[in-house]
Amino acid sequence: MVEKSFFEWISYILQYYGLWFLQGTGITLMIALLGTVVGFLIGLGLGTVKKIPVSRNKFNRIFMSAVNFLITCYVEIFRGTPMMVQAIVLYFGMQEFLGINFNPTIAGIIIVSINTGAYMVEVVRGGIESVDPGQMEAAKAIGMTHGQAMWNIILPQTIRNILPATGNEFIINIKDTSVLNVISVTELFFVTKTIKGAIFRTYETFIVAAVIYFVLTLTVTRLLKLLEKHMDGPQEFVHVSSTMPIVFAKKSGDK
Amino acid sequence: MDSNIITIKNLHKSFGENNILNGINFKVNKGDVSCIIGPSGSGKSTFLRCINLLDYPTQGEIIYKGKNVLEDKYDVDLYRSKVGMVFQQFNLFNNLNVLDNCTVGQVKVLKKKESEAKENALRFLDKVQMSKFIDAKPKQLSGGQKQRVAIARALAMDPEVLLFDEPTSALDPETVGEVLKVMRDLAELQMTMIIVTHEMAFAKEVSNRIVFMDEGMICEEGSPEEILVNPQNERTKNFLFRFIVGESS
Repeated sequence: MVEKSFFEWISYILQYYGLWFLQGTGITLMIALLGTVVGFLIGLGLGTVKKIPVSRNKFNRIFMSAVNFLITCYVEIFRGTPMMVQAIVLYFGMQEFLGINFNPTIAGIIIVSINTGAYMVEVVRGGIESVDPGQMEAAKAIGMTHGQAMWNIILPQTIRNILPATGNEFIINIKDTSVLNVISVTELFFVTKTIKGAIFRTYETFIVAAVIYFVLTLTVTRLLKLLEKHMDGPQEFVHVSSTMPIVFAKKSGDK
Repeated sequence: MDSNIITIKNLHKSFGENNILNGINFKVNKGDVSCIIGPSGSGKSTFLRCINLLDYPTQGEIIYKGKNVLEDKYDVDLYRSKVGMVFQQFNLFNNLNVLDNCTVGQVKVLKKKESEAKENALRFLDKVQMSKFIDAKPKQLSGGQKQRVAIARALAMDPEVLLFDEPTSALDPETVGEVLKVMRDLAELQMTMIIVTHEMAFAKEVSNRIVFMDEGMICEEGSPEEILVNPQNERTKNFLFRFIVGESS
């Protein structure tokens, strides 16, 4: 039997296992996307809660500091442990102690969401702080409550500001879903490992996986750039010369 | 008095150890155009920001319609909607276009209908000659245009008093004129205004009362002639003298 060349192996893999790769890619993309979206919402909610101004009411103050403490615990715990360990602890813990038998894919989505949320809380907090304080003052000055100002003025600007960080998180999630193979989620890495086991070609199989991961992240990066551009609107400075009679004499040569 | 809108009694403000305002008494009557002048760090801006509670006073009373707005249960947001503010840095809402900047408060705070708010906003945008730019985002406007929109935004809330915090200080000399013109028009329409400014000529022209502040206190107040032409207080004299020398040099 003649030994197959590298390219022959690649085409062999694609021919017989292409569909497997496609399914794995689908699962990876779905978990990463859902995890990022849910994590983003968790971060937006908790990050906003963290920025509620200190109340003058004593009961509210104590309540809010308790809430803030819980949020901090959540962030520190999920940022401070590897997602692979979280996946195992949550998945098998649920089975062991609560008798809940999760579908691994759903468990995977939950874990990625919670993990992303922990990172996004801090990203959102920073994003809110990066909005010019004058925006909040102007909103307050026309009588908006803190909540109205947040919803209508601050958060829309925050979301634009944290879009690059959210994109980063999405790309990290595409790659990091690979750790979910420890709870047998049939994502891209798990599928790759399975194919390798069937044909005993480690190198070629993982090259295919690498290319797929790379194409995924590259596409997402481009799409996010487009989204940012779209949100920013037209860049040109309209700056039309004033329609008002100017009191002071204009220098000649000015518009 | 009927025409009285806001009465401020013994207002104090400190940031930690720093006392910025040291007991200010002040009355705002309907139709008054008061200009607050004074050296940097004298507490002019803090005073203005205390009037609509952007900075919360440490002590004192602000009486509006017979009630002290500094009392615990008072609806601060409703009061703020009646006391408009125009900022040095404009602070237009960056995520909204010119029209929405002027309607968002009416819809969310005053609970007006969208169509009614739009009509009202257009009226004021027309008054400041910015109705051609209703679709523009703030970043597309020049400083003077932004400030005119900011004035329209404040007016659209139908305020009883308008506060101006150095409204022309961030503008270049050519655009200062267009903003001052709008303010001059408002003064003629008997809009009640309190203006912190360094534009002495403008202050003299539009205001019926000038207040000189130094070290967190009102040193002297009176008509423009009394204060600018014939000041009695030593510190006022010094300040104005330096101002005149500074301008001619």
